[in-house]
Amino acid sequence: MPGKLKAKIVAGRHLPVMDRASDLTDAFVEVKFGNTTFKTDVCPKSLNPQWNSEWFKFEVDDEDLQDEPLQITVLDHDTYSANDAIGKVYIDIDPLLYSEAASVISGWFPIYDTIHGIRGEINILVKVELFNDLNRFRQSSCGVKFFCTTAIPRCYRAAMVHGFVEELVVNEDPEYQWIDRIRTPRASNEARQRLISLMSGELQRKIGLKVLEMGGNAVVGYLQCFDLEGESGLVVRAIGTACTLDKLSSGSAPNTNTHIHPNTAPASNACNSPSKDGKEPVFGEDLPLSSGPPTPFRALPTSSSSPPPFSPCKPCSRQSSSSDTDLSLTPKTGMGSGGSAGKEAGPLKTLLRQQTQTALEQREFPFFTLTSFPAGFLVHVGGVVSARSVKLLDRIHNPDEPETRDAWWEEIRQEIKSHAKALGCHAVVGYSESTSICEEVCILSASGTAAILNPRYMREGCLDIGSTDHRFEEPSPPSCGFCHIPYDEFNMPFPAQLTYCYHCRRQKVPDVLFTTIDLPPEASVTGKGCLIQARLCRLKKKAQGEVNATAISNLLPFMEYELHTQLMNKLKLRSMNALFCLHIQISVGENMLLGLASATGVYLTALPAPGGIQIAGKTPGDLSNEHHILTIQKRINDTIAKNKELYQINPPELTEETVGSPIPEPRQRHRLLRSHSESSDELSELDLSHGKKDAFVLEIDDTDALEDIHSLLTDASPPTGFYSCNTEIMPGIFNWTSGVQMFTSVRVLRLSNANLTNQGLNKTFTDLCENLLKSFYFKLRSMIPCCLCHLKFTVAVPEEELIQVTVTAVAMTFDKDQSQEKLTEKPTTKGSTETEEQLQFPLELSTDLSTNMQTSNKISGTVSLLTPAAKLYQNQLIMVHSAGVPESTTVSPRAASVDYGSFADRCSTWLELLKMKAHTIRRGSVKTISSLDRSSPLPEGRSRSLRSNRSFGGSSVPVVKMTPVSFLPGTRIIKYLGIINMFFIRETTSLREEGGISGFLHSFIAEVFAMVRAHVAALGGNAVVSYSMKECVLMENPNKNQAQCLINVSGDAVICVRETDQEPPSVANIGQTCCSSADGAT
Amino acid sequence: MAVELDVFVGNTTIMDEEVYQLWLDGYTVNDAVKVRMEGGVMDECEASADVLQSDTMDQYRTFQMCERLLHSPAKLANQLLFQIPPHRQAMLIERYYAFDDAFVREVLGKKLSKGTKKDLDDIGAKTGVTLKSCRRQFDNFKRVFKVVEELKGPLVENIRHHFLLSDKLARDYAAIVFFANNRFETGKRKLQYLTFQDFAFCAGQLINSWTVGALDNQVEDMDVDLDKEFLQELKELKILISDKDLLDQHKSLVCTALRGKTKAFNEMEANFKNLSRGLVNIAAKLTNTKDVRDFFIDLVEKFIEPCRSDRWTAGDMRLYLTHYTNSAHILDTFKHQVVWDRYMGVIKSCIFKMYHD
Repeated sequence: MPGKLKAKIVAGRHLPVMDRASDLTDAFVEVKFGNTTFKTDVCPKSLNPQWNSEWFKFEVDDEDLQDEPLQITVLDHDTYSANDAIGKVYIDIDPLLYSEAASVISGWFPIYDTIHGIRGEINILVKVELFNDLNRFRQSSCGVKFFCTTAIPRCYRAAMVHGFVEELVVNEDPEYQWIDRIRTPRASNEARQRLISLMSGELQRKIGLKVLEMGGNAVVGYLQCFDLEGESGLVVRAIGTACTLDKLSSGSAPNTNTHIHPNTAPASNACNSPSKDGKEPVFGEDLPLSSGPPTPFRALPTSSSSPPPFSPCKPCSRQSSSSDTDLSLTPKTGMGSGGSAGKEAGPLKTLLRQQTQTALEQREFPFFTLTSFPAGFLVHVGGVVSARSVKLLDRIHNPDEPETRDAWWEEIRQEIKSHAKALGCHAVVGYSESTSICEEVCILSASGTAAILNPRYMREGCLDIGSTDHRFEEPSPPSCGFCHIPYDEFNMPFPAQLTYCYHCRRQKVPDVLFTTIDLPPEASVTGKGCLIQARLCRLKKKAQGEVNATAISNLLPFMEYELHTQLMNKLKLRSMNALFCLHIQISVGENMLLGLASATGVYLTALPAPGGIQIAGKTPGDLSNEHHILTIQKRINDTIAKNKELYQINPPELTEETVGSPIPEPRQRHRLLRSHSESSDELSELDLSHGKKDAFVLEIDDTDALEDIHSLLTDASPPTGFYSCNTEIMPGIFNWTSGVQMFTSVRVLRLSNANLTNQGLNKTFTDLCENLLKSFYFKLRSMIPCCLCHLKFTVAVPEEELIQVTVTAVAMTFDKDQSQEKLTEKPTTKGSTETEEQLQFPLELSTDLSTNMQTSNKISGTVSLLTPAAKLYQNQLIMVHSAGVPESTTVSPRAASVDYGSFADRCSTWLELLKMKAHTIRRGSVKTISSLDRSSPLPEGRSRSLRSNRSFGGSSVPVVKMTPVSFLPGTRIIKYLGIINMFFIRETTSLREEGGISGFLHSFIAEVFAMVRAHVAALGGNAVVSYSMKECVLMENPNKNQAQCLINVSGDAVICVRETDQEPPSVANIGQTCCSSADGAT
Repeated sequence: MAVELDVFVGNTTIMDEEVYQLWLDGYTVNDAVKVRMEGGVMDECEASADVLQSDTMDQYRTFQMCERLLHSPAKLANQLLFQIPPHRQAMLIERYYAFDDAFVREVLGKKLSKGTKKDLDDIGAKTGVTLKSCRRQFDNFKRVFKVVEELKGPLVENIRHHFLLSDKLARDYAAIVFFANNRFETGKRKLQYLTFQDFAFCAGQLINSWTVGALDNQVEDMDVDLDKEFLQELKELKILISDKDLLDQHKSLVCTALRGKTKAFNEMEANFKNLSRGLVNIAAKLTNTKDVRDFFIDLVEKFIEPCRSDRWTAGDMRLYLTHYTNSAHILDTFKHQVVWDRYMGVIKSCIFKMYHD
């Protein structure tokens, strides 16, 4: 009997009138857990009843504690007829099961009814007494912490990152069971809510078990999704990253560590660069490593009771396929280098690869759902890898054997893994999975970023590499190291233009970098970033079954190609060279496919400057056409110039001298000239230079292309005072103030038959997204200057002629004056200068080494210059690969599947080599000092805005802030209280009366927010971070005056305090004691 | 290609004060969009008409959802549905309960019944206030009336506490409730020149001095009903006009005091008996509900109009009433000093307030 759950019902308020005669209610409450039910007394004739019940006690297994929610039902007592239900509250008691999280749940919860929405509130107290369970074969995993945050949570330190965990459970959807025909909609909705709550509890428990088996104590980047497969069932699946986290003692301020740093400079490399000052205290905690004992040592004792260090996460490996066979699974990797087996171009690189490979090869899936990492965790980033597959759904016959769905995902993950290999990478970071379902067709998608990781964080081999091989392992500075190519430059998996890194001058970098992760904190960025979206609609014929699946799989590669081209064009138009947080969503409807790619574009200082966009006509003879082209060209050039100004992109190369550069650079002279040139002379010269162009050429041969260019130029930039991005924070903005406004917006567009052409649809869809953004800017104009962060767009085709776009984002204010001040003083980001400071020493130390390297690089440099490439057709070339893939399509007769390759997400442009002189780096380091001085005005700005915040206090309802980002500016998270994962259904049969579909959804979303806030407040929290709305499925039938909506939200409940404030001592004590008790437990 | 659904929900509820006012004023969404466009919001954020339309719709929906809560403002503070900072809550409530003086002037003293509600469209047409806004204001009056009707304690305090209104607004509501309860006639043509604020001031005077609550502050309806005993006692004042000697004595005292101090002395002297009869008769008749209703019209007809036709200045009025009141104390046969003061105190300040063009 390992746990005792206790609940007490205190009072209710604002109850609805249930008895028309008296205008009052005779309320009582049923408290149910598992199969045990208790009841309170009836509180007669009151809308604000005081029950003050006894403690209801449930003695239960901890397995049940994890799976089951506490179910509280408020009813109206009726002497003569059946009691009427007023509404319910489901309480997930999981947060009470971690020893260091919340100890009690206490507060007002909205009473929710799936038909009427919120109907009053109820005050509840819940406690759990856990007994220690020594059973080794236990089925529960109490104590494993879950975080939605896709980074190491702010008040923890990652002692070890174990890797990928996944699980899925399936069941029949109650909505589609026979019984649904005879029960009320309310009963059906409640059955569904309860089932999903149970399933996610079970899922979480099973994942927790895997984590325990791996020796971890937490899951970070926990991503849980529902697949509503209709007739064929309900799938709840989750992925995450298992870690061993150590709680940081609240006393250790991150700043103190930076001072230690200079001593450790000789050993400093990518792994121990300091984080941006104070912003990410957790990452800063890596530092004691080099001064004290290395992390792994410290981590070992805690995990000593767990299986031997070489355990290769067995629970994950359902099929025992070694990594070698993985490669053979994918025919197209022939084009790549095949991982480390390629030519040994860079001996250091190979060495590194071998070392880390041993660490990761043991795992079936070296995937990480994290999107931001401790500094130095990422060694190199290869590019985006993605895989999609189209499946036909059939009924899940046996819920206990979810093999089919498992096998599907297995397939996709293998694919992703092999793509990563092709890119010379051994791991995938920023990994996520999603589905899109329409009737019986389901598109499974997975994407991530191929990367090489620092093995120090893996269990194996961390000891030797961590300390001894430091210098050889990776001589590149942290601010650009991740940009350096992980693959073999002589045997590239795809055509790309390589140059020497503009930052360290010693390693090769690609011309463009696409990733699914957040911008690494140490990355050096020029100017600001911006949201870049590619949008696409493709019509398809209505079809059934396999024909339909085949049609979709045939369309997919083309869509992906076009999205890609759009992204690339838009990136160039903004004069940027890298995309972060790239998320491509393809949604399937009955008669169309929608594609939406969102990412944040930035100018990475380490990467070459992008060329302009060159317009070329197919018919040079036509004068009017020529003129037309010139006009367009001018518009494009103007836009580029305008964007450069807007995003403050003025890379240092403008001032840089070419004389005395160690690397020969034959073609530098034309660089700047050409990207803006319009004269035909220049054009011809471009052609002469054996196809070497710096500009990206767009050929106008038909109206399609013209449309494309127009759409390219119609993207409006945000109005003055606004920035937008889909990363956690905007690159280039540092001085966030405390103003935060999270919002969710949903728009559904009904298409008229008239413009059902691809062109028309594209325009409609683009306008829809653009208008949404415009609306946000307008609504949030009072927050200027501010930035819309973590903009997450989700598209769906709920019905034949409907397009639904759901957006969740947060607007965060920042101090404009300070940002400008900073900008005038230094164009690059703070992160970069800081890391440069520590860079300097290792650079000088390794001069011998680097000269050697440079000679070898010199050769390779020239080689790459000579590489002939059909610039224009490169995209198409890649396409050929991917389009060729569907051969693996015809898998099973029932399930038509299509896999096609990753494009490695890069198109090449022609850019020339550029080098940076040593003194530029030094200049950077001088600036660092001034940037340190400047850190003082920051708190001022914060406290100012906090003061304005203070007036918000004093309300009887505690304020709970919500944000999709993993932190709240101006505050420090002192405690994570547990994961919030809630699923709600709302239905109405009086749609008109509730203000139509908009009114219905508006109130539902507001209700969901309210319920999330109430749960967080009851846990003692004051904020939700990493909040996301994962599902918003809306169905309506206006003729019947009905609508139904399902919403799934998740996030991490936290307590945060103002950064300037000292922690309340009581809380600190609790934190400490909890921490120690947790240590004792593990 | 129609937008089927369009919602925007913030964790902190976003409310634009300008749009709120338009909503309160009963503008339709389309009209509100027009007004906003003319107001120049569009330039602020490069917004288009569509954006404005969508924003206005959203806000209107939010307000509609909030309206239920605004009906019992105390709920707004501890509801969970909308996260609204306290100062915004106060703004929402204050504005929701604000009213147009022109409108309230029309319904002042009328029974807050369904019958009156039916006439709202006429009132709306007359005052230029939209029907929607009229309804809101009327319902507010009715709601406040209903709630305070059953409460003990001071009227203004009750309103302020229950509806979380500012002191000024609470006083205005007290006046409205008081007028509605006593059904004072305010609609007659002769009273048209009086503003709501004039009446509200008078109501305040009456509440403070003539109601039950003026003496005892724990009675039900203390501030709403006039003190019946006091009204009975007022009959005693009749002696001032029925007793010929007393009347003459009073007149000579007043005239002595006034002589040479005002240009209107002759008119004052000539009209003294008439005016005094007017005021005292009003007092004596107040036991009749019908005459209570006509209180203001009587004041105007019996006192203000004669004075105005004699071209008294406001100063003259002040001088006259002060001496008229004080002289009564010197009359040794007049025993009802307390009642007289309680009566004249109110009358004096009401007439001062009401004596204007």
